Amino acid sequence: MDIFVQQVVSGLATGGIYGSLALALVMIYQATDVVNYAQGEMAMFSTYLAWTLINAGLPYWVAFAATLAIAFVGGLAIERVVIRPVENAPVLTIVIVCIGLLVILNSVAGWVYSYIQKPFPSPFPEKPIRIGNVFFGAHDLGALGVTLVVLLSLYVFFRYTTLGLAMRAAAQNPVSSRLCGIRVGWMLAVGWGLAALVGAVAGMMVAPVVFLDPNMMGGILIYAFASATLGGFTSPGGAVLGGLIVGVIENLVGTYVRFIGTELKLTVALAVILVVLIVKPSGLFGRAAVHRV
Amino acid sequence: MALLEVAGLEAQYGWTKVLHGLSFAVDVGGITTILGANGAGKTTTLRAVCGMVKTAGEVRFDGHRIAGRATEDIVRLGIAHVPEGRGTFMQLTVEENLRLGAYARASRGTLAGDLRRVFEYFPVLGDRQRQIAGSLSGGEQQMLAVARALMLRPRLLLLDEPSLGLAPLVVREIFRIVRTINREERVGVLLVEQNAAMALDLADHAYLLETGRVVMSGPAETLRKDDAIRRSYLGY
Repeated sequence: MDIFVQQVVSGLATGGIYGSLALALVMIYQATDVVNYAQGEMAMFSTYLAWTLINAGLPYWVAFAATLAIAFVGGLAIERVVIRPVENAPVLTIVIVCIGLLVILNSVAGWVYSYIQKPFPSPFPEKPIRIGNVFFGAHDLGALGVTLVVLLSLYVFFRYTTLGLAMRAAAQNPVSSRLCGIRVGWMLAVGWGLAALVGAVAGMMVAPVVFLDPNMMGGILIYAFASATLGGFTSPGGAVLGGLIVGVIENLVGTYVRFIGTELKLTVALAVILVVLIVKPSGLFGRAAVHRV
Repeated sequence: MALLEVAGLEAQYGWTKVLHGLSFAVDVGGITTILGANGAGKTTTLRAVCGMVKTAGEVRFDGHRIAGRATEDIVRLGIAHVPEGRGTFMQLTVEENLRLGAYARASRGTLAGDLRRVFEYFPVLGDRQRQIAGSLSGGEQQMLAVARALMLRPRLLLLDEPSLGLAPLVVREIFRIVRTINREERVGVLLVEQNAAMALDLADHAYLLETGRVVMSGPAETLRKDDAIRRSYLGY
């Protein structure tokens, strides 16, 4: 039972990270109908920047905040410079641009920082925290906490601020939004910025576990896809919940199903995608897409 | 004095030209209606004023050239457009829809007061403030669209077929409110309608459009008495 609780909590911690990245994917997908395949690499690159800042001697949380700011501006700039010119192009074109972005960010990171794994510090103590008879990793609990704070802030932003409302409006009905005087293009750019920010948090929280290297987000992006598919690509809350579920399933299956262990864990994510697409393609909380023809 | 002055307006979708040099005006505090059959170019005319289609020609609002400017900037000058199909934000609440209407306004301080004001015009929206807009009936959504436009505190209101698909009683109610707004707040109105009888009742000036050209214009009174108009558009 103790092992079970422990595995569930640590599953929630990684699940929060999958959920964050899934949320970043969903935010952009809802606004533009495009899946940003470069989301993981953007997060990886942000994490490298955080590593640079920490190595330059900045205290962890200062570097953390600075990285969020840089990620936001970077995401905004990528939308304006790279995505904007192909905004009205067919979806396939934008997908290819995103994949190109993925390759470029990955190569630049490898070129600047090399492909050798680097340790990335955790802001939380190494000593496990004991609650009752169960030991929990302090980083697991901390990461879960940080993720929840970020998600809650985003919720408050979208729900209660005028800018958040305008962004939701722009994603739902661009034509009507323009007639309300909303600068739809800028709303998309801010969306990219926020998605990059959420991704940066995910990167910094996962890096102490998986170590820092240019390919560190590859597997995590697949989990994020599984999470978004499970929760529904049209539901931000669903994507986060999907992430938590995928994280827990992954951990439990890895622990209790002998032949899967750690080597076959990633297969679990793909199995989740497959099952959801067969059983309920719109995901747990998503709406089925309706197109007028 | 003219609030909106349009001269030689042309508009096209892709290669197809749909407006061939329209000229018309809306007076300060006046109501102008544009009548015409399906496909005459009425909706396009409103869209052209708002910079939503590719246009050529002169559009002046309050003396300033606005042709060629971005829709968002034109809205900021105080032109509120109630679009064809109502443009409701279906998944947002009634109140959120209204708050979006006030988005481009310079002063946001008096939001609560403005909400109260539109709820006085449309009490049913006040009752449904927290409801998702997609759950409103057609008539309520049309009221919401007009209310959303009013939240901008516009100087010019563009109305695209507000009567479409609504029960006669609801249409009368909406027209009554438009008249009140026009009189009490001196908001200019440019109304596009297929329901010629009601439109001519409301308007002081009217233009008749046929395949992208103005074929007749004058005081609404005159057009109403015209035999050809009566037979083709008023049906008696």
